[in-house]
Amino acid sequence: MHLYNLTLQPPTTATQAIVGNFSGSRTQEIIISRGTRLELLRPDVQTGKLSTVIASDVFGSIRSLAAFRLTGSTKDYAIVGSDSGRIIILDYDPKSSSFVKLHQETFGKSGARRIVPGQYLATDPKGRSVMISAVEKAKLVYILNRDAAANLTISSPLEAHKNNAIIHHIVGLDVGFENPLFAALEVDYSESDQDPTGEAFNNAEKMLTYYELDLGLNHVVRKWSEPTDPRANLLVQVPGGQVASTDRFDGPSGVLVCCEDHIIYRHMDRPQHRVPIPRRQHPLEDPQRGIIIVTAVMHKMKGAFFFLLQSEDGDLFKVTIDHEEDEVKAVKIKYFDTVPVASSLCILKSGFLFVASEFGNHYLYQFQKLGDDDNEPEFSSTSYPANGMANPATPLPHAHFRPRPLDNLALADELESLDPIIDSKVMNLLPNSDTPQIFTACGRGARSTFRTLRHGLDVEESVSSELPGIPNAVWTTKRREDDEFDSYIILSFVNGTLVLSIGETIEEVQDTGFLSSAPTLAVQQIGADALLQVHPQGIRHVLADHRVNQWSAPQGMTIVTATTNKRQVVVALSSAELVYFELDLDGQLNEYQDRKAMGSTITALSISEVPEGRQRTPYLAVGCEDQTVRIVSLDPESTLETISLQALTAPPSTICIADMLDASINKTQPTTFVNIGLQNGVLLRTVLDPINGQLTDTRTRFLGTQPVKLVRVQVRKNPAILALSSRSWLNYTYQNLMHFTPLIFDNLDYAWSFSAELSPEGLIGITGSVLRIFQIPKLGMKLKQDSIPLSFTPRKFICHPKERFFYLIEGDHRVLGEEAANKRLQEMRQAKQHIDNEMLDLPPELFGRPKAAAGNWASAIRIIDPVEGKTIQTITLDNNEAAFSLAFVPFSTRNNEVHLVVGTAQDTFLSPRSCTSGFLRTYRFTQDGVGLELLHKTETDDVPLAVMAFQGRLVAGVGKALRIYEMGKKKLLRKAENKTFSTAIVSLNTQGSRIIVGDMQESIHYAVYKAPENRLLIFADDTQPRWIVAATMVDYNTVAASDRFGNIFVNRLDAKISDQVDDDPTGAGILHEKGILMGAPHKTKMLCHFHTGDLITSIHRVSLVAGGREVLLYTGIHGTIGILVPFVSKEDVDFISTLEQHMRTEQGSLVGRDHLSWRGYYVPVKAVVDGDLCETYARLPGSKQSSIAGELDRTVGEVLKKLEQLRVTASGF
Amino acid sequence: MSSELRYTANTQLEHLHARYAGTGHADVTKYDWITHQHRDTLSTIVGHPPLLSYLAIADGEAIGRTKFEMTERMLQPCGPPPKKDED
Repeated sequence: MHLYNLTLQPPTTATQAIVGNFSGSRTQEIIISRGTRLELLRPDVQTGKLSTVIASDVFGSIRSLAAFRLTGSTKDYAIVGSDSGRIIILDYDPKSSSFVKLHQETFGKSGARRIVPGQYLATDPKGRSVMISAVEKAKLVYILNRDAAANLTISSPLEAHKNNAIIHHIVGLDVGFENPLFAALEVDYSESDQDPTGEAFNNAEKMLTYYELDLGLNHVVRKWSEPTDPRANLLVQVPGGQVASTDRFDGPSGVLVCCEDHIIYRHMDRPQHRVPIPRRQHPLEDPQRGIIIVTAVMHKMKGAFFFLLQSEDGDLFKVTIDHEEDEVKAVKIKYFDTVPVASSLCILKSGFLFVASEFGNHYLYQFQKLGDDDNEPEFSSTSYPANGMANPATPLPHAHFRPRPLDNLALADELESLDPIIDSKVMNLLPNSDTPQIFTACGRGARSTFRTLRHGLDVEESVSSELPGIPNAVWTTKRREDDEFDSYIILSFVNGTLVLSIGETIEEVQDTGFLSSAPTLAVQQIGADALLQVHPQGIRHVLADHRVNQWSAPQGMTIVTATTNKRQVVVALSSAELVYFELDLDGQLNEYQDRKAMGSTITALSISEVPEGRQRTPYLAVGCEDQTVRIVSLDPESTLETISLQALTAPPSTICIADMLDASINKTQPTTFVNIGLQNGVLLRTVLDPINGQLTDTRTRFLGTQPVKLVRVQVRKNPAILALSSRSWLNYTYQNLMHFTPLIFDNLDYAWSFSAELSPEGLIGITGSVLRIFQIPKLGMKLKQDSIPLSFTPRKFICHPKERFFYLIEGDHRVLGEEAANKRLQEMRQAKQHIDNEMLDLPPELFGRPKAAAGNWASAIRIIDPVEGKTIQTITLDNNEAAFSLAFVPFSTRNNEVHLVVGTAQDTFLSPRSCTSGFLRTYRFTQDGVGLELLHKTETDDVPLAVMAFQGRLVAGVGKALRIYEMGKKKLLRKAENKTFSTAIVSLNTQGSRIIVGDMQESIHYAVYKAPENRLLIFADDTQPRWIVAATMVDYNTVAASDRFGNIFVNRLDAKISDQVDDDPTGAGILHEKGILMGAPHKTKMLCHFHTGDLITSIHRVSLVAGGREVLLYTGIHGTIGILVPFVSKEDVDFISTLEQHMRTEQGSLVGRDHLSWRGYYVPVKAVVDGDLCETYARLPGSKQSSIAGELDRTVGEVLKKLEQLRVTASGF
Repeated sequence: MSSELRYTANTQLEHLHARYAGTGHADVTKYDWITHQHRDTLSTIVGHPPLLSYLAIADGEAIGRTKFEMTERMLQPCGPPPKKDED
């Protein structure tokens, strides 16, 4: 087996975000790390919308990001710390729209290791140096400068190591132009490691240490080290330094040390200031639980600065520092607003706050005010004795605030994010769909969602209106060349034409000069201010003063089809003749003296727009009934001479020539594409050579069951093509590459561009007798999402075999269940304690739920109707039970009536795993699956993490035991058991009497149930320990599985052994066979292995295109959706593997990670080709493309075609 | 092995131990070994964002909190060292 890995949806998480002027212009941009990708976002200050400028796979794991600007420069660079053992400085080049690696300095081994730097980055705010640090010991300082030619230079590293020190955080201090200072939070473990009494451990101090880079001596010294709060976790830079001109201090310098429950201002030889982190006064809150700050941002304005700190509940606090010169008078903290918990916050100078959520959608907020004059209580360090530091070891009294809806911020934009995908299913449930949908359970806590993903572009409809008849075509046109918007909508019916004018309202007009008694074939705004209508009997040229010049078709002939642009008109007559007109300089339409006979009925014509600065387009494409397309010259030298010919497999129904940019073919100029739609629903795309008019590089795509119609439209000011068949597709350029995506919209019979004041970028179309105006809001999106909110983190879901409902289990740890919460409130009421009901009513999806101690669970079973997109019913679990697994089981003792079995556990602790009791809850369906009736609960001794139907019974993985249960009256009855699994069973799959068991730490085991002896036997396992997350059977002997470290692999059992096991009726043979390597007697063989960089949570064997081959689709916790496509031929394997090898050498990773070692992170990559790397071939410079193609004995076009074909045939994307 | 060679081999090994914390040697105690294992594991969890997300989701904590607690645990992941025999 050889697989081709393709990412359909790249990760949508944001592990970090930085802001800066990366393109060097005045606008600020945001760079976000998506774990293994870097993306540059540009906010539109007017509309407040974010748009992606570029996204680039780095083929490595990004661990830290920092923006950096040299003194006096206006451009920011991005510094990346990754798992490559290298520090990388990236520059965004707006010209080529790509990240350029300026420097790559190697300092250590690759991999996210303990003492290899890359985890933390800190930059000097004056842009002189950067510190990169590991989790333990190692810290390196690089000096950055510019050379004579103003290029960025980087020094060799200076070490600031400290042995046996665990580093919690580092930050660069703002000291103006004095020597750069870095602060680090460190804990030394050498003493605790030596002290058996544990006293040293208890007394271990967390040190705040300053490292000074002496620029004169070129070395780093430990300047100052003082113990701080032992629960400190984060450092924030405080502005400092003097303004050269006025001697005024920008701020006091130093750091904010964020600790559990407190914020401390700290600087060398200066008094400390401490304020508490305010808490919510929630009745159910645990007052013992500390609060930490998870992310922080500092913002400098003219002469002032403030901090926004975010607690782990999502509350933002504004911290201000009162200072006189460089002396701090007070530190003040107050509640600001509540937003989702972020991994990074970015404040933009234009007044926006970007919240890169740790889970779920990302948000852009606009500042309405800065919370300066409101009634929010403010806590100042001066209100506590000795500025809060009278007794640093004891906490300050709790400070409280009341959370409220957004006041200082207003939502401006939202970026959809699937992160985390916890479970998924791929099936075709929606009506009128020929491709399957991907259903995903996403998100965390109260912001969880159930999302339906459909392949295609989202369409926003703005107008839909019924027409008197069924039109067969629609056009819009301007009146004059320089009009901004369209003036008329022209509808052609079988026996007439209707003209509507676009104004305040859309209404019919008569006096336009158009012929209304005949259908229309083409409409064109021609010349400077004239209009043109082509109808079967002739052509009407309507001049600006409403005079009409007519050309009539010869007696007995009609016009069958026509094509037009601003200066040229070509019509085809029913006699298979072409007539060519061109506009002369006086604005008169002149017929060319000769007509050209084609010899076969003409079915389609197309010319492109007149190229900029030219008189005419030189090529005409003519499609004929005899299954050919000819390119005919319109050049004055050789007018109407046939240049080239292309044979087709079916008669063409439409042709469309369009000049579009596709960087894989030509980086700088648009390429002329001839798109040919056939009667049988196939679209051919060929490239027209502008010099000799030959057609090359043909690619085909099946669009649908109806004859294709092609329309040239404008999308975002760029030419695009709408292809209409039984589905509508849009062919457009996005980020310089061509995309071909279906529209998620009703079938369109015809469409055209539409531009009016209300909808400047719209499209107009007809479906039956309905006229509709719509827009495409987000280009580049390949999957449209529809979501249903959930109450808790989803765990697993399954689809009912008959009823098309989803049954989903959800549960949250450290949250009080409804029952427990009510009980607690009841007790408080009885104790006459004050209960703040307003706090209880806060919507959890905005504010989260109060955190409870470990071992508390809130959980529910939810029934979802995916077609209607709504929740039908929710059943909450009581007794602090949480659901972990579920399955449909047709119990044979109950006439195969399908039951739902849910594996739950009470009072579960995760580490070490324990529970007071596990349960298998058996439900019967009522009202056709809408309701559930609990039949009984069966106790188990451990958490049932996996359950599955098996031969009319239930098989459950309960901790280390695999058990078979039979349905009973009061309970499920245990029939067979095997307790030899090593850790815990997390996944189950079956075929026949074989059960494939995934163990939490010990990979995949093959077990078999031998009914005659009622034995469950393990007969094969893996030679490697694997921390299994998901597994699925590829065939009877083969299993594909993923582990916690981002690997996906395929294991296969030898067919001989498989037969041998199946032939043994009692299993006695297996029972007495000698085990190998302290395990089962047989071992599986690893066929494929690949590291994806994301933790794979589910794998499915599906076919994504109707009639297409089956592929393995996987989803990742960071929101990745990818496929593994099996190669069909050995030639393909050789070809693509060779291409991959070339790409590895040509396309270095942006973070400097060796591609082969990245894809073979834990185990060498085996028999999997990285399609994502191969597809970057399209972005290579032309010379490199051709040299690689030369090595492969192909042309560039052939290589690109092969890559596209692999993607399209496997996924349709 | 000549004495000179042994000498250089040892200094190389010492150098290795000084440079790379966690490098094993023949006389490593069970406690030292397991403590290093845990520290390596904890730091690799902190260093791999998907793994950190996974644990944070399972535990119902914010990623920032999980990261903090993991780093805190690196101080003494396996309890205090065993008492030394006074022989």
